[in-house]
Amino acid sequence: MQALEYAMKKTMYEKIWDSHLVVDEAGQAPLLYVDRHLMHEVTSPQAFEGLRLSGRKVRNPHSILATMDHCVPTKNRDLPIADPIAKKQIETMAENCRVNGLNLYDMKNPNNGVIHVVVPEHGFVHPGMVVVCGDSHTATHGAFGALAFGIGTSEVEHVMATQTLPQKKSKTMQVVVNGELSKYASAKDIALAITGKIGTAGGTGYVIEYTGSAIRALSMEGRMTLCNMAIEAGARAGLVAPDEKTYEYLKGREFAPSGQYRDQALAYWKSLPSDEGAEFDATVTLDAAAIAPQVSWGTSPEQVVGIDGLVPAPESFADEIKRKACESALAYMGLTPNTKITDIPIDLVFIGSCTNGRIEDFRIAAEVAKGTKVAKGVTAIAVPGSYHVKQQAEDEGLDKIFIDAGWEWREPGCSMCLAMNGDELTKGQRSASTSNRNFEGRQGKGGRTHLVSPAMAAAAAAAGHFVDIRKL
Amino acid sequence: MEPYKKHESIAALMNRSNVDTDQIIPKQFLKRVERSGFGVHLFHDWRFNDDGSDNPEFELNKPAFKGAKILVAGDNFGCGSSREHAPWAIADYGFNTIISTSYADIFYNNCFKNGILAIKVNKDQLDKLMTEIAANEGVRFVVDLENQQVTTPGGNGFSFEIDPFRKSNLLSGLDDIGLTLKHADKIDQYEQQHKKNYPWLWA
Repeated sequence: MQALEYAMKKTMYEKIWDSHLVVDEAGQAPLLYVDRHLMHEVTSPQAFEGLRLSGRKVRNPHSILATMDHCVPTKNRDLPIADPIAKKQIETMAENCRVNGLNLYDMKNPNNGVIHVVVPEHGFVHPGMVVVCGDSHTATHGAFGALAFGIGTSEVEHVMATQTLPQKKSKTMQVVVNGELSKYASAKDIALAITGKIGTAGGTGYVIEYTGSAIRALSMEGRMTLCNMAIEAGARAGLVAPDEKTYEYLKGREFAPSGQYRDQALAYWKSLPSDEGAEFDATVTLDAAAIAPQVSWGTSPEQVVGIDGLVPAPESFADEIKRKACESALAYMGLTPNTKITDIPIDLVFIGSCTNGRIEDFRIAAEVAKGTKVAKGVTAIAVPGSYHVKQQAEDEGLDKIFIDAGWEWREPGCSMCLAMNGDELTKGQRSASTSNRNFEGRQGKGGRTHLVSPAMAAAAAAAGHFVDIRKL
Repeated sequence: MEPYKKHESIAALMNRSNVDTDQIIPKQFLKRVERSGFGVHLFHDWRFNDDGSDNPEFELNKPAFKGAKILVAGDNFGCGSSREHAPWAIADYGFNTIISTSYADIFYNNCFKNGILAIKVNKDQLDKLMTEIAANEGVRFVVDLENQQVTTPGGNGFSFEIDPFRKSNLLSGLDDIGLTLKHADKIDQYEQQHKKNYPWLWA
């Protein structure tokens, strides 16, 4: 009897998995039901083409929400898109959504913005859902206790046609973060510290559930930032158990359950958190109080160090692969071992992206930027994650703070996170960026990216180099 | 999708770990609305100099690796962005097999949707293969998916594990969607129950 009870204790991931299994037969990949399908212009056109060529239809148009974000300009939005190939991609998206009857927030729509910022704003994802998107940062929506993960374009087509996806069950990893963050340390710093600790392949094959008092203390925006970067640690998805903050956040939003359904949905949501004593395949523990504001020094999100640290020397790594990776990263980044992080000068600052493009991010950055001036020779751009974030920030007067400090206040989009829309670094330019990836060339060929939190980015803009914001 | 057949091909060596999909196919080439034509841009930023000429330092530009169908690479290959343009570019360039110790999840899935066999080996095995290629650039390996076997002239052959479902799809070249739709009645049934359990999702 005891053994039976023990076996029935499930993690949140297992609960969501079990409730979405459509087919589970020997010799076949289990078939998982998909509740929500998010879309943007870059990873969908070939899926629509495939659907058309095979004469198939979108099974559940209401399960889809689409936006345009990767290629859209963040200034002069009234002018036609200059890049003819980007223009065609945007037009193709509009046409595909029109033909298939899908809800699209196009460039001119007041709801437009980065997909992973827009979707929560409208309450489109709820706890317990299975959510997919042709985008690795789909992990963001795990903040709501939804199993959300990125898929390829062939899978986008598969989900459109069948509302299901053949999936391999992941292992479970619990990342426990207890204690209190120091002043100005944020969800971004937790995410970078985790990636630094377990590596970019540390989470491969796992779904991470973030637990502990420091996670409970995070706002919904903070949890989104954290889950967003689960993929940077190699995990398929990140999850945070829903709680009162989650329910409160969803209340009254367009696609969130209301009226007669609210109580029914709440009862379901409250059944989702992992059972007490449920077993995880791996556990990693961090102390929030020990997490300094993080700065990446290399070309992989695992190459991070606290703001009070130094650029490491290759010989400080015992592992040969890590030593080689350090060498080539330092060569690309133009950095010398043992340089103080606070001595690294920067040319450009970017605040935005699906990682840090939400209202809370601009509030904290504005708090730091207030009364400062962007340092000589530095360009600083603030790109809200959506028109709603932009409007909210303007209602609060944040745009004025940035503009008075010498920042550019832009229209929403992915912008410099992946530099597809023309906003990019030139060769050798160095950025302090609130985005999620510091890969070679990510922000422009030869560009050098340092990942930081919004507060750290704002402080760097004023100083012209990284500064320890805890000492401001 | 072409069925995957047993073949003997040149194995190219890429002795780097954490090769990300931004490097495999840089973002400036993601704007096409077709699946084809990505091969010429594979590893663009590493492969070409600023003036557009071939970068002789880049491993895949070595004459000995020309025509290679097998790519032997370091840990955590294909990490980062989910872009399927990465396996499209790899396949379009001519590779149909990758050998590494580990792959990022999404990239791994994407490979099998595009006729690319991604083989996982242990660290020791990978080191042996890398050493063999480095000592004899242009060496040809035989990949036999049916028997889950790779053989090399240097005697570093091995057998590999693969999910039977992925294997049969590669061998047959079958369309995943077609297979799933065989369960259309079960999807219908599930959806009926779903509407009862979670009516707010259908309201």
